[in-house]
Amino acid sequence: MTVKKLISVACTAALATLSAGAQAQISGGVVKIGVLTDLSGTYSDLAGSGAVLATKMAVEDFIAKEKPNFKIEVVSADHQNKADIASNKAREWFEREGVDTATELVTTSVALAVMKVAKEKERIALMSGPASTPITNEQCNDVTVHYTYDTYALANGTAKAVTKQGGRSWFFLTADYAFGQALEKDAAAVVTANGGKVLGSVRHPFPGSDFSSFLLKAQSSGAQVIGLANAGADTTNAIKQAAEFGITPTQSLAGLLMFITDIHSLGLRTTQGMYLTEGFYWDLNDETRAWSKRFFGVQKKMPTMVQAGQYSSVYHYLSAIKAVGTDDTKKVMAQMKKMPINDFFAKNGTIREDGRMVHDMYLMQVKKPSESKYPWDYYNVRQTIPAAEAFQPLSQSRCPLVKK
Amino acid sequence: MEIFGVPSALLGSQLLVGLINGSFYAVLSLGLAIIFGLLNIINFAHGAQYMMGAFIAWLALTKLNINYWVALIAAPMLVGLFGVILERTMLRKLYKLDHLYGLLLTFGLALIIEGIFRDQFGISGESYEVPEALAGGINLGFMFLPIYRAWVIVASLTVCFGTWYMIEKTRLGAYLRAGTENSQIVQALGINVPLLITFTYGYGVALAAFAGVLAAPIFQVNPLMGSNLIIVVFAVVVIGGMGSILGSIVTGIGLGLIEGLTRVFYPEASAVVVFVIMVIVLLLRPAGLFGKAA
Repeated sequence: MTVKKLISVACTAALATLSAGAQAQISGGVVKIGVLTDLSGTYSDLAGSGAVLATKMAVEDFIAKEKPNFKIEVVSADHQNKADIASNKAREWFEREGVDTATELVTTSVALAVMKVAKEKERIALMSGPASTPITNEQCNDVTVHYTYDTYALANGTAKAVTKQGGRSWFFLTADYAFGQALEKDAAAVVTANGGKVLGSVRHPFPGSDFSSFLLKAQSSGAQVIGLANAGADTTNAIKQAAEFGITPTQSLAGLLMFITDIHSLGLRTTQGMYLTEGFYWDLNDETRAWSKRFFGVQKKMPTMVQAGQYSSVYHYLSAIKAVGTDDTKKVMAQMKKMPINDFFAKNGTIREDGRMVHDMYLMQVKKPSESKYPWDYYNVRQTIPAAEAFQPLSQSRCPLVKK
Repeated sequence: MEIFGVPSALLGSQLLVGLINGSFYAVLSLGLAIIFGLLNIINFAHGAQYMMGAFIAWLALTKLNINYWVALIAAPMLVGLFGVILERTMLRKLYKLDHLYGLLLTFGLALIIEGIFRDQFGISGESYEVPEALAGGINLGFMFLPIYRAWVIVASLTVCFGTWYMIEKTRLGAYLRAGTENSQIVQALGINVPLLITFTYGYGVALAAFAGVLAAPIFQVNPLMGSNLIIVVFAVVVIGGMGSILGSIVTGIGLGLIEGLTRVFYPEASAVVVFVIMVIVLLLRPAGLFGKAA
């Protein structure tokens, strides 16, 4: 064997080892993304199959644009809004199926259960669906990102705007469980801080269907604003029945957690003039319109902020893996927190040490039927709430990871 | 003026709302009671059939421009026909078996029906506007009563008492009752008992769909709207006495009122008060308030 040949054999061997090394950086040779969402229950329209679609779009776009040297796979499952089902599924995914990240996770109880499993298994949890603030406060950990919105941002947007515009006295209609109470508490604090007064509240069973008794109570309180600290069908039924009993327009309603799908199902006649806070609207600019129309082409519904946030969070996660060349949880999380997020969903979004992704939020007012010019033309953007003001400041954080 | 520390106006309005809800319970539990009393089937698909009534009304209005009044007759007939097909093809085979089989079959059917609607229409639901003739409301002094809600009370009570009269006071009703008591003898007298039973199931199902159409302008028309209501309605039937026609009507209205009062004094308990009463009634009178002990 000549020296030349020896060198070339050595080089080939070295190259082979190197490339094997690069491959080994991705566990199992593939980045596996699990979408754990509500595919059949109350939240299946605002997250559900639309969130799975958004994930697949993110993966396709990432492969087309970034040409990664690793394989990506998407799996999905229905958690039925039950924490035990969700944590079992997440455990199975992490332990046996090599899933690298559990994503979406709508419903607070599901989110809290899965983030614990993720921490135990050192995998990443990307949350675009759940709402409650404990995710980045008391319960926070270093493998979770709370991406799209939270109850603080919603209350801060809607309750502040309504109080400042003269809605000084409030009465809350609250779903009688952890989420409703959290939302009421956050909103009441914002109302009082802005010079308003809370006259009282009534807790309704969850889920409810007839709200007329509770609405009559709210009516007799004489409050200017009835704050709806509930979600989904509870909110839509309450709004519908408030109109029926002549409560609106003498008193106004403030939906504290509403999605564009709720407005779509209630129609503009019933919802016109209402304020709500969103993290995304399909009709904001050319970029949001282009993406949303692609989404609409498949789903036949415009995306909610949860679905748009899902796309953005998955894309950001994959970009971080590409940048660090591994799917190791610690390195990927560090990279995700280091890189700013700039896409159609967020401009200069950043992930803080408590896991909160901060980005601009929007205060919307629902259009009158006469103002709506084309399908899904539902909102007037009344205010862009800058990222720095939209979310709970780190100084108020109750997360142990935050150094003060 | 205050009664037990509650302004009388608020109390009055809550009682009226209770009466409205009670009349819904009455129509729904009446359908269940007829089916159980005459067929011995615990119809767990009742909630899904109620939802079908509401959806057919919505589809008729939005796709075919068929108005509320036509839907109020046509939707129960269509859903009733669906019930007839179910009875002929499936339920018929279960009459000789334990109640549990009927319950499992109808429960399975309810899940399938709701699943299909969920797949087709999503979960957020659809809005059905109050028909123009019934829009607006009357100011009663102590409350604003939407005309549509007043109509719900009138329509439900008329249908309930009409049904009661038909079963208890007419010849057709007598055949029905006799046929379920001893079908062989009645058949020997020349009456087509199987047809009578099919008709009864269809009618019970049509009542559910009728309640669904009545509910469409009040609630969001949603694939799960029936499953939320059905458990309460079952409790109403149990309290009234399984299979008792008059019992289900009176109990339905009574429980609506009690629920209304609970919402005034302790709203958190309003979802369970019906079940608390059910437990007490079962302990003291296992056959229900109006039922005859077997």
